Amino acid sequence: MGMTITEKIMAKASGKVAVTPGENVWLNVDILMTHDVCGPPTIGIWKKEFGDQAKIWDNNKVVIFPDHYIFTKNEHANRNVAILRDFAKEHDLPNYYDVGSYRYKGVCHVALAEEGYNMPGTVLFGTDSHTCSSGAFGMFSTGVGNTDAAFILGTGKIWEKVPESMKFTFDGQLPVYLTAKDLILTILGDITTDGATYRAMEFTGDAVFALNMDERMTLTNMAIEAGGMNGIIAADEVTEAYVKERSGKPYEIFNSDGDAVYFAEYRYNVNELDPVVAKPHSPDNRDTVRNVQGTKLTKCYLGSCTGGKLSDFEYAARILDGRKVSVKTHIVPATTYVNEQLDKRTYNGKTLRTIFQDAGCIIEQSSCAACLGGPIDTVGRAVDRDVIISSTNRNFPGRMGSKQADVYLASPLTVAASAVKGVITDPREFIS
Amino acid sequence: MNTIIQGKAYVLGDNIDTDQIIPAEHLVYSLSDPEESKKYGHFALSSVPTEQAGLPNGRIPFINGENTESEYNIIIGGSNFGCGSSREHAPFALMKAGVKAIVAESYARIFYRNSVDGGFVVPFESVNGLKKSIKTGDEVEIDLAKNQITNKTEGATYKLKPLGDVMPIIEQGGLFEYARKTNMLG
Ligand code: SF4
Repeated sequence: MGMTITEKIMAKASGKVAVTPGENVWLNVDILMTHDVCGPPTIGIWKKEFGDQAKIWDNNKVVIFPDHYIFTKNEHANRNVAILRDFAKEHDLPNYYDVGSYRYKGVCHVALAEEGYNMPGTVLFGTDSHTCSSGAFGMFSTGVGNTDAAFILGTGKIWEKVPESMKFTFDGQLPVYLTAKDLILTILGDITTDGATYRAMEFTGDAVFALNMDERMTLTNMAIEAGGMNGIIAADEVTEAYVKERSGKPYEIFNSDGDAVYFAEYRYNVNELDPVVAKPHSPDNRDTVRNVQGTKLTKCYLGSCTGGKLSDFEYAARILDGRKVSVKTHIVPATTYVNEQLDKRTYNGKTLRTIFQDAGCIIEQSSCAACLGGPIDTVGRAVDRDVIISSTNRNFPGRMGSKQADVYLASPLTVAASAVKGVITDPREFIS
Repeated sequence: MNTIIQGKAYVLGDNIDTDQIIPAEHLVYSLSDPEESKKYGHFALSSVPTEQAGLPNGRIPFINGENTESEYNIIIGGSNFGCGSSREHAPFALMKAGVKAIVAESYARIFYRNSVDGGFVVPFESVNGLKKSIKTGDEVEIDLAKNQITNKTEGATYKLKPLGDVMPIIEQGGLFEYARKTNMLG
């Protein structure tokens, strides 16, 4: 019987010839990633369980990005970063990206890709539910809690149940008014927030392989919003080109067999899809932008591991170029690299930064910022009865701050179009 | 491990995500400091919309005033309990609030793993939804050996799914205890 990419990677990582869904296996982990919210408790558990003299299983395989609560006066949040700093120093960790240093990156999932940690065929665990993002590189990646992470930190191993796979095929050529965000929100509306619980979500089809790595990561990033264990896209020449530019490390490309078994298969023709939003208060509360067009907004937000990548800003620039926003609009580049690129990438002969500044957007420092609310002084945080359209990934009650706020999730194109009008607006009003 | 878990039920709806269980702004507190970590109990379930808090009627605070523990120690949930962020602070917060077990229709993967591997709360799955059968404040009793939950207030018993594969980890009280017991940690 054939195997899916996910099954093949899990078989390799558990030293088996084959695995079947439902089976529990112990995986050898290639990379463990953590950040300032879950890193300190992970370290705490690790110390408690392995003792004061404990050794990390492999210093080179632990990657730490402070990214969540970074630019805040909150002393507890700053203490968490200090714990990471001390830990990195104490254990001589080469892959720590300290805030306040030239090494600072920002949002972990995007930084993992940029820094060359995402390698086809490998296994990555992270103390963050959106660790599934890295699956865009044809690898197995998923989120775990602190106890599991502490276990990996000491042993390099963890148990996991081999998931059943679900296949999502997108045929056709993506129209200019759609982005990967519309595709994943479409799926979420169809399968709901637990439609893929404990399963792998495999994305395939011409429209997927035509996407750049940023956009592919938008698809895999939100697999967790359907409950997915992991999202995965087979590596191809686009993946290889991206990886080779950033890392000299070896990798292995796996593809699903023709006779691999899927729990379910969904097929979409991208030409038949509309720009969509997820209405308050759930990522699966999908509607077409046209149906909610005109909803009055108090804030627009472009940022996060889902919607704060370079390609997201390139999309936004197409609409914001030469126009003004009519409502407060926050631009939060996910990483310092994305931030630098705002000065280098151009559209119509202007840099992205110039376009956003001229449009009246507020450009913030790279971090998770208001994607998860955060401490009271976090920029862009939802307050009171804010009505926000955001390129982020979650709109559960209180996720961006105030639990009275209404958050609509949308593509960067839809957020930009809405920013210009001050009400939810279909991007086809500006581009078609 | 105790095979009977009993207490007062607190009933919640579907898709209770980890931001509702413990809002992100509180994730800054230490989980290992005994005093500071009580804050997690105090803020447990604080972002559940008021109408949904303590079904069927809602508007029942899980934590009263400045308390750090709840009078309710068994959570009855709907489907996809614990979805969203991977924060282990979520099952930890419920444990700090005094919760012993959750009985939901289904769980999000990371929350389920965290509950089991961290040994915080026992995540049971009910065979049928219980939101209509149990009210917030009802006295309930879970019998692990029989895989059932009894609503003592109403005098009715309902089936639970067996804990299955994760039972050995739950019995040992968490992943590390289990790994030591099975000589995995050398
Ligand atoms: S940007 Fe948002 S979703 Fe992404 S890692 Fe940060 S908090 Fe999580």
